[in-house]
Amino acid sequence: MDMGWRWDFAYEILPQMLIATFNTIIAAGVGYAIALVVGLFFLLGQRTPSKIINAINREIVEFVRSTPLLIQLFFVYFVLPQFGITLSAWVCGMITIGLHFGTYLSEVYRGALEGVPKAQWEACRALNFSTVYTYRRIVLPQAFPIAIPGMGNYLVGIFKDTPLLSTIGVAELFHAATAVGGYNYRYLEPYTMVGVIFLILSVPAAMGIRKLEKKVNMAQGKIKQQ
Amino acid sequence: MGYIEFLSEHGVTLLLGTVTTLKVLICSIILYVIISMIFGLMRLSKNPIIQGAATCYIEFFRGTSLLVQLFWVYYVLPFFGVSLEAFTAGVVALGLNFGAYGAEIVRGGILAVPKGQWEAAFALNFSPSKRMKNIIIPQIFPIILPPAANLTVELLKATALVALVTVVDLTFEARQINSITWLSVQCFGTALLIYYFIARLALVPFLRWLEVLAARKVGKAGV
Repeated sequence: MDMGWRWDFAYEILPQMLIATFNTIIAAGVGYAIALVVGLFFLLGQRTPSKIINAINREIVEFVRSTPLLIQLFFVYFVLPQFGITLSAWVCGMITIGLHFGTYLSEVYRGALEGVPKAQWEACRALNFSTVYTYRRIVLPQAFPIAIPGMGNYLVGIFKDTPLLSTIGVAELFHAATAVGGYNYRYLEPYTMVGVIFLILSVPAAMGIRKLEKKVNMAQGKIKQQ
Repeated sequence: MGYIEFLSEHGVTLLLGTVTTLKVLICSIILYVIISMIFGLMRLSKNPIIQGAATCYIEFFRGTSLLVQLFWVYYVLPFFGVSLEAFTAGVVALGLNFGAYGAEIVRGGILAVPKGQWEAAFALNFSPSKRMKNIIIPQIFPIILPPAANLTVELLKATALVALVTVVDLTFEARQINSITWLSVQCFGTALLIYYFIARLALVPFLRWLEVLAARKVGKAGV
């Protein structure tokens, strides 16, 4: 067998890989959308006045954050059918990623809300604004820019964790590479191409986020314009 | 089958898997700490070649997925005549990946040391290596340990991936037992709990203790 890099083989599998890349992007996008919403629910749990709900919420977040995504995937994928809920691998994967990264995003949201100076709250109280009005017009517009870099980082994070979905059979990029590699018994090109595609997509994204972060910091006066 | 029965039958297997997981964890922690120190310093070098090499390394390993790197090390490196055992391949991939994240933390820590310290060392005519070794490095630990602790918990979670390149760790055993018994709740649930306890009861308290120790060493102990 030819051991070196084979361009013809790489060209041959390229269309397959690109289609699978599309799936990966969809998986990351859907997972991220779910995570954004789940994060809000965990944030709500954190900010309710009830101490019991706070404590339970805290434990759940800690638990999800300190256990591996891989086993969580297996858990959801294998356990739900035992309770009569049969979901496709795609749905299981999206739920798990949404839940896992939702806990991370809730921390981002929390940090952003705490980043709004307390005096802003007090001023709203003094002006007799309602809580809803305070959030909508005063706090959230200030908290959102603080949350943007963290939110962006987790988008890239989710994107880089999508290969785990291949373990439960979601047909994303890594799954396609393994399939192609197994079929032709050549792993060099498929796996290398996966790496390159990931680099091409995530390095510019990470750079964009860093730029955004700088802009946000500048807008808040944390660093000065050079 | 009750949970007690499950544990008495498969508990030992899971424990053996846990031992392997801990081995992978400890080896890759050692590797990633060394790598992040070296590349963190290289990143601050004034020599553009050294700095460029470090930047390439960091961007490459942070830009691709850990699973892809792991499979690349295990399945593709043999094409180039480098065959690693599954355990070694796992540790190498984890160390290289987290070393890239750690290097950025180290870089940030060094840059966060107050400028006066650099100037004082310069004024006292310390050589660059002595300045780094005796003045700057000892002061970075209180700064880098909190983010490094987060990274280390991430590393613990990432060790689960080595099961996919046939390292017989906790995840591997849980999967194995699941495929034999189909008691998914018990075996994956137990595995999740074990990871949680390792993180919550051992790793995090240990890292907090290190943080306190480091803060005390440079006289910043408010604790």
